[in-house]
Amino acid sequence: MSVSRPISLATRALCKKFDRPAVDNLDLTIYGGEFYCLLGPNGAGKTTTLRMVAGLLRPDAGSIVIDGIDALARPEAAKQITAWLSDEPMIYDKLTPYEYLEFVAGLWCIDAKAAEGRARELIGWLGLEQQAHERCEGFSKGTRQKVALAGALVHDPKLIILDEPLTGLDAGSARQVKNVLRERVAAGGTVIMTTHILEVAERMADRIGVIANGRLIAEGTLDELRVKTGATATSLEDTFLALVASEAAQRAAAE
Amino acid sequence: MSHPATLAWLSRHELRLGWRDWTSLITAGGRTRTRNAVIALIVFAAAMHGFAYWIVAGYSDASLMSEPTTLVAITTTLLLSWSLLLSQAMESVTRAFYARADLDLILTSPVSSRKVFAVRMGRIAVAAVAIAVLLAAPFIDILVVRGGARWFAAYGVVAAMGAVATAVALALTIALFRLVGAKRTRLIAQIVAAIIGAAFVIGLQLMAIFSGGTLTRAAALQSEWMLAHIPNADSVFWWPARAALGDGVALAAIVLFSMALLGGAIALFSGRVGDHAMAAAGVGSARVRQRRGSLAFRLRSPQRVLRQKEWTLLLRDPWLISQTLMQILYLLPPAILLWLTFRNGRDDYIVLIPVVVMAAGQLSGGLAWLSISGEDAPDLVATAPVKASRIMAAKIEAVIGMIALIFAPIVAVLAFNSTFAAFVAALGVLASAGGATMIQLCFRVQARRSQFRRRQTSSRIATFAEAFSSIAWAATAAMAAALTWFALVPALIALAILGGVKLISPRND
Repeated sequence: MSVSRPISLATRALCKKFDRPAVDNLDLTIYGGEFYCLLGPNGAGKTTTLRMVAGLLRPDAGSIVIDGIDALARPEAAKQITAWLSDEPMIYDKLTPYEYLEFVAGLWCIDAKAAEGRARELIGWLGLEQQAHERCEGFSKGTRQKVALAGALVHDPKLIILDEPLTGLDAGSARQVKNVLRERVAAGGTVIMTTHILEVAERMADRIGVIANGRLIAEGTLDELRVKTGATATSLEDTFLALVASEAAQRAAAE
Repeated sequence: MSHPATLAWLSRHELRLGWRDWTSLITAGGRTRTRNAVIALIVFAAAMHGFAYWIVAGYSDASLMSEPTTLVAITTTLLLSWSLLLSQAMESVTRAFYARADLDLILTSPVSSRKVFAVRMGRIAVAAVAIAVLLAAPFIDILVVRGGARWFAAYGVVAAMGAVATAVALALTIALFRLVGAKRTRLIAQIVAAIIGAAFVIGLQLMAIFSGGTLTRAAALQSEWMLAHIPNADSVFWWPARAALGDGVALAAIVLFSMALLGGAIALFSGRVGDHAMAAAGVGSARVRQRRGSLAFRLRSPQRVLRQKEWTLLLRDPWLISQTLMQILYLLPPAILLWLTFRNGRDDYIVLIPVVVMAAGQLSGGLAWLSISGEDAPDLVATAPVKASRIMAAKIEAVIGMIALIFAPIVAVLAFNSTFAAFVAALGVLASAGGATMIQLCFRVQARRSQFRRRQTSSRIATFAEAFSSIAWAATAAMAAALTWFALVPALIALAILGGVKLISPRND
């Protein structure tokens, strides 16, 4: 990836400790217009990292810069250009998708006319026309996730932070979500996403970061990761498992 | 060890679940809190016995030879308690239909659903009886100590009341299912339960207001009209009261009757409960299409959209409205008294002020929990480019706005009678609402709005602080309206409660 591109997200020496260190001196650099996948075994620190970037958790140490804005010193300015979506769509059962998008637009202080046009566009893209004026309470998981995604995109964020956004979606819904994300990246947006579906990372990511025990153990394109493991013709799954096993062995040896 | 899938095996399973539910409610799920919970329970039991002594010690000499008013007083107390038990049993029966926790597992197992639900209904009855006995125990114990062992019979009466309440709740809920269908039964049953819980107290207050012009219930019970219309002393109507006073025949009769009624209801309805539970399972996917006056987005500030969101969510949720309905229902008697007072030009309005202030505090506590803790999209709100303090301010404004809307008409009517009383009431409502909101702010937790019923058990300190704060502000307002400097005492107590809450708030970090 060209280093001349503007940096969309940079974390330096990011640390967060709960009972044990969840994120340990993490340095991440993600460029504008990049689709970046963060992989790692359960409990590796992926979600904690993303929640800190989204402003949902305060780091113990380190810095987070989003599009040149110090997210810890000026959280509101950083939030203005970011969007967060988790695997559990958090929407209001008693609002319709249309009303939900209007609420989100209000929170982000988006011009009403522009937001309305954007909302209609997203509702069309995500195939939500039929449900646009139905209350969300009876929606399936996939439909709820699409509503939440529309909410994440209605303010046209520069950086989209996604934590397992495809969990529980059927093939059709997952395809729609992936298409929308691809279009966002094609339009210059940046996506950082965690996923356990390695096929998605393999197909969609420009670069992949592998995290274990709160540390970044490998980063690069799929080919670069393969080279790192010394096996050039293996799948991402094999490469990922080899990287994680190698890190575990090194850690065991160090202890 | 009983054989799997037999009634005994299922009963053991249900009782184990019930016991664990209850202990986790008391200990908030923490093993380390068990000792503290036991100590708190002992202290609470001692305090309740003290309270019971103050209330019933004077009645321990009552006997079958006492005045008719004794039978009236005991029967009224039993009816009042029974209405509350019925309300609680209806809630439990409705939950058994709609809670999906293990129903999918049970309904797909080869065990007869009739057997499963018969046991489940039995568990509800056991819980109802246990709660009734526990709550009545301090009062009965005091009567036993002061009046002799004959008062032990009251335990049998209380147990029979729990059984009858469960049987009636089961019949009422099944009837609702047949009348209005699975989709509406949940909401209507909860509203009916809330109204049953409040109706008896309110009814007595209304009787007292119209007969004596006061809120004192005793006035209605001892009125000449009441004594002229009660049944003869040997009527079956008095058997529960006679049983409580130690009449062995009456006790045996009502215990046998209650057990037969409960057994009959379970035998008759347990088969249908399975069918209704399956019908209820399909209700979750029901969809509501929303009509809008205007389809255009409106430009509003973040605070305004947050306030609007809180109001919209509340107004669109009939279940939440029904949960807060009971608190508003209690405003009915004071409102009627206000109207009568204003019409007659007397000064009894002073007794209204504390009722209004207390209701405002209790209602604010519920609304503040919904607005502050019951946020269904916490991540969305937290990642919005709005300062956390502004978000919280908007949520508090939503609560105070709702309270102002509900209580402004009462204060306005008061103002016609006395500007000063209206001013005191308005200040009292604001202080009480502000106090309850502050307590909810100090003890806020992240929860879903559907967990509203659990709010009072999630933090017992917050619940008690909220109640005592409301009572203290109510006393302050009443004394201030009576123009006495003693009003400063409850005001200082209220401030001390709020200070203490701030001090021990888990949010201090």
